[in-house]
Amino acid sequence: MARYLLRSLVRMMVAIWGISVMAFVLTYVIGDPLTVLLPWDTPREAREEYRRQMGLDQPLLVQYLRFAGGAVRGDFGNSFYAKKPATSLVLERMPATLILTFSGLILALAISIPAGVISAYKRYTWIDNVVTILAIAGQAMPIFWFGLMLIILFAVNLRLLPASGYGTWQNLLLPAVCLSVFLAPITMRLMRSGMLDVLHADYVRTARSKGLAEATVLLRHAIRNALIPVVAVIGLQFGQLLGGAIVTETVFAWPGVASLVVNAIRNTDYPIVQAAVMLLAGLITVINLITDAIIYTLDPRISRQ
Amino acid sequence: MNTEAMPLVKPRSFRLRHLLSRLWNLRTGVAGGLVVVVVCVMAVLAPVLAPYDPYDGEILNRLRPPAWMERGSAEFLLGTDLLGRDYLSRIMHGARISLTVAALAVALSCTLGTLLGLLAGYFGHSVDWIISAGLDVMMAFPFVLLALAVIAVVGPSLPNMIAVLGITGWPLYTRVVRAEVQRLKVLEFVLAARTLGASDVRIIVRHLFPNLLNALVVIVSLEVARMIILEAFLSFLGLGVQPPTPSWGGMLGEARELMFDRWWMAAFPGMAIFVTTLAINLFGDGLRDWFSPYSKNY
Repeated sequence: MARYLLRSLVRMMVAIWGISVMAFVLTYVIGDPLTVLLPWDTPREAREEYRRQMGLDQPLLVQYLRFAGGAVRGDFGNSFYAKKPATSLVLERMPATLILTFSGLILALAISIPAGVISAYKRYTWIDNVVTILAIAGQAMPIFWFGLMLIILFAVNLRLLPASGYGTWQNLLLPAVCLSVFLAPITMRLMRSGMLDVLHADYVRTARSKGLAEATVLLRHAIRNALIPVVAVIGLQFGQLLGGAIVTETVFAWPGVASLVVNAIRNTDYPIVQAAVMLLAGLITVINLITDAIIYTLDPRISRQ
Repeated sequence: MNTEAMPLVKPRSFRLRHLLSRLWNLRTGVAGGLVVVVVCVMAVLAPVLAPYDPYDGEILNRLRPPAWMERGSAEFLLGTDLLGRDYLSRIMHGARISLTVAALAVALSCTLGTLLGLLAGYFGHSVDWIISAGLDVMMAFPFVLLALAVIAVVGPSLPNMIAVLGITGWPLYTRVVRAEVQRLKVLEFVLAARTLGASDVRIIVRHLFPNLLNALVVIVSLEVARMIILEAFLSFLGLGVQPPTPSWGGMLGEARELMFDRWWMAAFPGMAIFVTTLAINLFGDGLRDWFSPYSKNY
């Protein structure tokens, strides 16, 4: 297991390095921080002087090494506007993003796994049709619009839940539902197809023929194995789920990393964008390692591939 | 069954019936395809079909509700926006922007992704290693954040958005094409071509590429839907298509402040996005089932 996880770790490290190059290229090569930092009418000499002081006149490689060196220590410099370390500004917002992401994840699984199992178990009945139609509709749904509709329905017309805000479970409910629509259709379809495969497998027939209760057959034998692709896809899709959380946050004014980043992007506040990009990449790496570990426990054969 | 009595060529009526029954089995896909055609026609003919100029409005007519509601009139079927512009006309013209951006972005990302996938799958070794590492990076990272960050640097505009969506959208094509090429390149027909002295380029272009088309058509259709949603989201945030150009996402962004009293302003542009992406997804699923009938249940 250690070797298997080590291999995923190395792969992830390469990915993180790639992302750091991307973040660097984006801001230092394509964009010029000086255009943001200095007033547009700054004289040329003052501009060049400032460039030297910032070290922006040095070769790109030197600049990259300095950027990467800072990144390793979690130092991305100060926000151009807030004049505070970008890392701490992003970390302050991280809990809200994590709460939203994991609530969305848990809600999506709580809906999609039972739905997928029932749908496969009762294949071609009305309930399978309803679940499948909902999944297809959910997959096509632009979740930011779905969020707006949730606000109009539950906050404006029914006055049941707040349209935005942060702190209580009522605030969390609409954003979490909105985000779950992003993931649930994929996991439901995978769960359904996984169950269809598994229900015809020999070991399920054996389990049935030795007289196990149907519930035991499903829980101990079928679902456990049908879950493997679902877990794998959660690992693969976690980055996209974070992307979904970013979208959701902007709709519900959720005070997470996303609203910070979107504002930073509007203000071209590069350090914050970089800190957010790298910290989220680190988070995705950790999640990927965890899902790899879970997959290994569910199916130890995987490490031999 | 007496197989000798079976005619070698199926009679025409039988083939037609077979075709119709297959289409009937894929009726949701056919329906999706029809809706896609309708949306395309609407986009192409918007200048002719739209009742009003989408850029021009009477300020006196501002914020009219849809025709069937109180204060609504048949003049403006879906009402008017903050500047008195006809909402229906703007939605019809919005289809042009959405479909153009999505089509160009997909054309770009499909070309790029297929090329990288062919190289990685066919040549393997270090080429594959480098491209796969890039693939890992792109797959691990939230596409939305990446697109946002690039827009932040290059500035929001229509060509920039198409470029960003097109250049960042390649991973899915690469992953699928790479896996397909790895599977195909060891098969007999490729070995035969090589034995006959075909060059790498010829093998890739004449023998491998045609076998990828089915898979590519399916991905392309699904990616068009994804790009429509992304374009709408960027425009919704004000980082995509800039006003006064009518776009579905931009209209949603404008409706955001007004939707508390006027739900329809947020509902209609969103419905336009949703119906279009749903139809494209159904059509794409239908295509996949058409090409590989046995995967229908999955």
